[in-house]
Amino acid sequence: MAESKPKPKIRKEAVPMPKQKPETRKSNFDEVALGYTEEQAREEASRCLQCPKPQCVGGCPVEICIPEFIKLLKEGKYEEAVMKLKEKNALPAICGRVCPQEEQCQKCCIMSKVGEPVSIGRLERWLADWEREKGSVKVPEKASSTGRKVAVVGAGPAGLTVAADLSRLGHEVVLFEALHLAGGVLVYGIPEFRLPKHIVQSEVSYVQKLGVDLRLGHLIGRIHTIPELLKSGFDAVFIGVGAGLPTFLGVPGENLGGIYSANEFLIRVNLMKSYAFPCYDTPIRIGKHVVIIGGGNAAMDSARSALRLGAEEVCIVYRRSRDEMPVRKEELENAEEEGITCKFLANPIRFIGDEQGWVKAMECICMELGPPDQSGRRRPVPVKGSEFVMDTDTVIVAIGKSANPIIQSTTEGLAVTKWGTIVVDENGKTSIDGVYAGGDIVTGDATVISAMGAGKKAAKAIHEYLMNKK
Amino acid sequence: MYEILSKKELAPKIKWFEIYAPAVAEKAQPGQFLIIIIDEKGERIPLTIAGADKAKGTVAFAFNEVGKTTKQLGTLCEGDSVWNVTGPLGVPSEIRNFGKVLCVGGGVMIAPMLYQVEALRKAGNNVTAVVGARIESLLFFEDEMKKLSDKFYVATDDGSKGYKGLGFLKEMLSKEKFDRCVAMGPVVMMKEVSELTKPFGVPTIVTLTPIMVDGMGMCGVCRVTVGGKTKFACVDGPEFDGHLVDFDGLVKRQRMFLPEERLSSLMWELQGGCRCGGK
Repeated sequence: MAESKPKPKIRKEAVPMPKQKPETRKSNFDEVALGYTEEQAREEASRCLQCPKPQCVGGCPVEICIPEFIKLLKEGKYEEAVMKLKEKNALPAICGRVCPQEEQCQKCCIMSKVGEPVSIGRLERWLADWEREKGSVKVPEKASSTGRKVAVVGAGPAGLTVAADLSRLGHEVVLFEALHLAGGVLVYGIPEFRLPKHIVQSEVSYVQKLGVDLRLGHLIGRIHTIPELLKSGFDAVFIGVGAGLPTFLGVPGENLGGIYSANEFLIRVNLMKSYAFPCYDTPIRIGKHVVIIGGGNAAMDSARSALRLGAEEVCIVYRRSRDEMPVRKEELENAEEEGITCKFLANPIRFIGDEQGWVKAMECICMELGPPDQSGRRRPVPVKGSEFVMDTDTVIVAIGKSANPIIQSTTEGLAVTKWGTIVVDENGKTSIDGVYAGGDIVTGDATVISAMGAGKKAAKAIHEYLMNKK
Repeated sequence: MYEILSKKELAPKIKWFEIYAPAVAEKAQPGQFLIIIIDEKGERIPLTIAGADKAKGTVAFAFNEVGKTTKQLGTLCEGDSVWNVTGPLGVPSEIRNFGKVLCVGGGVMIAPMLYQVEALRKAGNNVTAVVGARIESLLFFEDEMKKLSDKFYVATDDGSKGYKGLGFLKEMLSKEKFDRCVAMGPVVMMKEVSELTKPFGVPTIVTLTPIMVDGMGMCGVCRVTVGGKTKFACVDGPEFDGHLVDFDGLVKRQRMFLPEERLSSLMWELQGGCRCGGK
C-alpha cells in the first residue's frame, strides 16, 4: 500500500498586516500599513490553493492572473511574478493598497469558505514594492509603432491605464493632466498614510517609461478642446477626467469659514502638502472639534487627516447607520482605532457662525431608516422635532462628487446624462466617433480599480478602432 | 518650467510679467485667469490674464506683492522660470458691441482692465475708462488707457490725483446712458461701482478673485453667493453680475486664511526673502 504523504496544514487565517500602532500613527502622515516581510509574503502565498478554476480572477476588474502570480511568488520567482502582474495591471503598488479586495477578488476566494481569503492585495503590494525598492523597474516589450496617435485626457487611474495599455500596443500616446502632478485622485484624494505619494510618482514614471508623453497643467476644454485634438492629428481620444465637482449640502451657513468640501480639504493636505505648512506654502486651518459629514472613503480619509493635523476631537456624522456606510470596512476600523467617533442617523440642517464669519456650531436633525431607495439602501427619514446642536469649529463636507462640466460644455455632440456624466456603450465608446470615456466621468463617484477596469476595456476598443481605421 | 521673458515694475510693489507659454497664449482671452506655481513647495495662485501675444507665445499678468507667494514671485527676474502655469481658466468675458461701456479698473486690476478695454474697443464699443488707486503713486497704465478709450478719468482714494473717490460716477451715470459697466479691482471698489450703477439699471460685470486652489472646479473654496445661489468663481466665473453678488460674504471668505498668510509672509521676510536656508 502506497504511503500517502501527510498534507501540510493550510492556515485558515491570513498572515496579519503589520501596522503602525494607533497611538503613534494618529500623529504622523506615514503609511499605516507597513507591508509584509518576504517571509510573511511567501507564507501568505502558500495559502493559495491554486484552484483549477480560480474564482478570484473573475472578481478582478482588470482580470489579473492571480493564482499564477501567487505561485511564482511562493516559489521565490519574484521578477516573473511582477511581470505576470503587470501583464494586466500597470499600477500594482497602488492597487495593492487601495483596491477594495474584500469586495472583489478576495470575496470570491475559496479559502473564505474555511477561514479568511488569501490576502491577494497584500501580496500584490509586496511584489510591487519589492521591485521598486530593488531600484530597477523592468519595462515590458512594446509592439512596433502603429503610426497612430491617441490623446488621453486625465492622468488618474483610468487615464494611466489606457495610456499604458495603448503605448504598449505601439500607439503614440499623449497624456494630458490638468493638475501639476499626475495621478488624479491618487495624488489629490487619497492621503499619504494610505498611499504614499512617492509610490504614485514611481508608477507614473513607469507609465512614462512605456513611452507615454505626459503633459501637466493642461486643462482640456480650455487649452485645447476635444474637437481640436481630433483635428490636430490625434486619431482617437479617451476622456478619463473623473468626477471632480464637490457636492454641498445646500443648507444655510454652508459658506462660513471653516467649512471645507472633502475635495478642498484633501487637495490642500495631499496634493499641496499643507500638513507641512509653512514649509510648503498652502495653508490649512484645523480646529479643535472637527465634524465630517458623510460615510464614504473621502469622509474617512478626511477624518483621519484632521486627526493627524492636531484636531482634539473628530466626529463623523452620517445620515444612515453603520451598515449602510460605503467606506471600506478596514478603513473604518482603522479610523475607530485611532479614536475617531461616529454619530449615526443624523444630518446637518444649518451651520451657525461667529462674528468673524467662522463656523461655531451645527444644527442637526435625527434620522430613522425608512424603506429601501433606488440604491437598495434604506432611505433615511428625518425625525420630527429631534433637532440638536453640536459645537464645531471645522466642518468637512464629504457627501460625494459630481461630473465636472468643462469637457461636456466644449464638445459639441457629446451625449451626457442628466447628471452630466458621459454616455458610453459597453466598450467605452461615446456618441462621437473615435472618442471614448471611462472612470468616474461615466459612472459617477466610484473606485480606483473600477476606473482602471473601464480603462482596460476602452484601451482594447480604441486599439481595435485604430487598427481598423483607414 | 515656464520662462519669464519680460518683467516691469508698474508701481511700487506692483509687477508685470510676460511668461513664455505658447499653448496658453494661443487660447487666452480677456476675463480668464492663470494658476501659477513658483516651485515644488509653492501654492497655486490665480492671476487674471492681462495680455497675450500669440506671435511671441507669451501671456502677461500683473500682481501685487502682498503675501509670501507674490513677494517671492516679485524676486524672480527675466530669464528665471516658474514651475507651472496652467490656463487659460475660467469663462472668457463676453466681448461684443454693447454700445457705450463704462470700464472701471482699480489697483493691480488696471492691468487686466486694459486688456479688456482693448477687446471692447476692437468690438466697436464706445469706452469710458476710469482708473483708480489708493494714492497717485500706485497708478499705472494711464497713458495706455487714455489712448485706448474714448473718454478717460482718474480717481484716487485720497484725491492726490484726479477725482477723490468714485462718487463722481453718480453724476456721470445720471447724465450719460451706459449700456454696460465692467468693474475690476478690490472688492470694496467693485461693490461701490455696482451700488452706483444699480439705480440707473446699467448691467454691471465684476471680476471676482476669491481664494482658489485648483482653479478648475474641484475644491469649491472659491464659492460665492450670487443671486442667493452658490457659484464657483473658477468655473462659473470669474465674472458675475455685480448687482447680484454678495460682496460681504466674499470679503469674509477672502480673509479665511489671514493668520496663516501673515505667518507665511513674515517667515519669508525674516529669513531675508528665502526661508529654506539654502536647503
